[in-house]
Amino acid sequence: MRAIAVLFLILGLAAPAAAQVLEDKPVEFPERLEIGISTDEIAITSDFRGADLTIFGAIEGYDPALLAQGKYDIVVALEGPKDNNTVRVKERIFGIWVNRRSMTFELVPESYSLSSTRDVETIAEPAMLNGVGVGIQHIRLSPIGYVGDGSNITEFRDAFRRLKESGNYYQRDPGGVQFISASLFKATVRLPANVPNGTHVVRAHLFRDGVFISEKALPLRVMKTGIEQMISNAAYNNALPYGIFSVTLALMTGWLASVVFRKD
Amino acid sequence: MNIFIILGMGAAVGFLSGMFGVGGGFLITPLLIFYNIPPVVAVATGANQVVASSVSGALSHFRRGTLDVKLGTVLLFGGLAGATVGIWIFALLRRVGQLDLVISLLYVALLGTVGTLMLLESIRALRRSANNQPVSLRRPGQHNWVHRLPLKMRFKKSKIYLSIIPVVGLGFCIGILTSVMGVGGGFIMVPAMIYLLRIPTNVVVGTSLFQIIFVTAYTTIVQATANHAVDIVLAFILMVAGVIGAQYGVRVGQKLRGEQLRALLALLVLAVGARLAVDLVVTPADVYSIVSEGVYR
Repeated sequence: MRAIAVLFLILGLAAPAAAQVLEDKPVEFPERLEIGISTDEIAITSDFRGADLTIFGAIEGYDPALLAQGKYDIVVALEGPKDNNTVRVKERIFGIWVNRRSMTFELVPESYSLSSTRDVETIAEPAMLNGVGVGIQHIRLSPIGYVGDGSNITEFRDAFRRLKESGNYYQRDPGGVQFISASLFKATVRLPANVPNGTHVVRAHLFRDGVFISEKALPLRVMKTGIEQMISNAAYNNALPYGIFSVTLALMTGWLASVVFRKD
Repeated sequence: MNIFIILGMGAAVGFLSGMFGVGGGFLITPLLIFYNIPPVVAVATGANQVVASSVSGALSHFRRGTLDVKLGTVLLFGGLAGATVGIWIFALLRRVGQLDLVISLLYVALLGTVGTLMLLESIRALRRSANNQPVSLRRPGQHNWVHRLPLKMRFKKSKIYLSIIPVVGLGFCIGILTSVMGVGGGFIMVPAMIYLLRIPTNVVVGTSLFQIIFVTAYTTIVQATANHAVDIVLAFILMVAGVIGAQYGVRVGQKLRGEQLRALLALLVLAVGARLAVDLVVTPADVYSIVSEGVYR
């Protein structure tokens, strides 16, 4: 089973693999996850330096014996808006550094903040995490277009994760989820200072003894406010009037200068 | 982004452009790139800034009657076509991830050539004045191959009867440079008009400024709609600082000796080109980079 899952991943078809993992479960688990956030919309000003978002949740239908042994693990991820991302690598040609090879990954989150009861890698087997697509190392990175024999997929995936982590777009906090009572937990995810504008998703995953059981997702709209964002919105949503206004402003500035500094 | 650095940049380039009568677009864009502004934004914003710096110059030439609107309009036809092709090349290069490289290479070639020519010219002039030789303005010959081309048109203001083919062609080439590099292109257009087209010197600057306004305005609008690359705040700071700096530049330029100044500007141009060339050769901090497509924005 694990071999099949890995094979699917190599082919870049992680989604069917995830479905398979779930379908093959012989027993229905009684556990359910509930989460809540105080708001579904966050307004961010231009001087935003990053903040923590607290999410509360509870495990329902849990097995008290397992809970007492600490067999339940919770992973909460705040996924940013998704977009296609291209990773390029420079090579030296005639002494000049030139972008040569590239790979485009389909619809990956612009930002990703992870919070868990312990290090995600120790919660479940890599194949299970790949199937669910949770964890910076296990996020779905499916290449688009021709990738040759696929031997360099790992190289580009690693570069992508490394750049996202070093830019603080992708973050993890292995102790960010804490139980505050028997089944009630609190998760803290980090909103980075450069948090992208748009609809984010808070996704909570429940693992029981290394097996993924249940997932719950809530949308969270991040809205940048202030004059900078207003200008940026205009540049994207009303591009033609924006362009005409830019030119008019330039014409006015030039004309005013010639009037103010006129010598005769 | 520090507003005072941008102000200083705009004022310094404005000062230089006032002093030497150049547009300054070819200095603004590389300086913005040095300040880590993405080259896409630097080029589009540079074009927007050139609109402002050309307007005041063109207006004063218009008042003095040293602007040939008819000739400028013919140039403009070529310029708009060139800018359209240029924008298309710009988008293509951006898609394949080679835009930054091509912009840098073009600037290295352009600044290297212009800087070297200016330096040689000013050294010659300095040597001449040291030997007390009279500065002889080489009078260009009356006719060359350009004047044998068909489709001639009479330009009354310039007092010239000229084929429109080289005029449109010149405008076209400059238009491509405007959209790909964010320059007005006056520093190429003016010598080309004087030496290649033999257009009388008195109308050349005004006429080239006239067409630069429209081509850069068109480029700004297309860059804003197609690439969302115009940063209006950045452009506005640059233009305000630029037009003020230019006024002082003009005053200082009238008092100082031309040859030494030109040699200094040539050295500055060469230095900017050299810095861009070094950035192309030095091993980058990270050979990998990520670009998000922005399609779902």
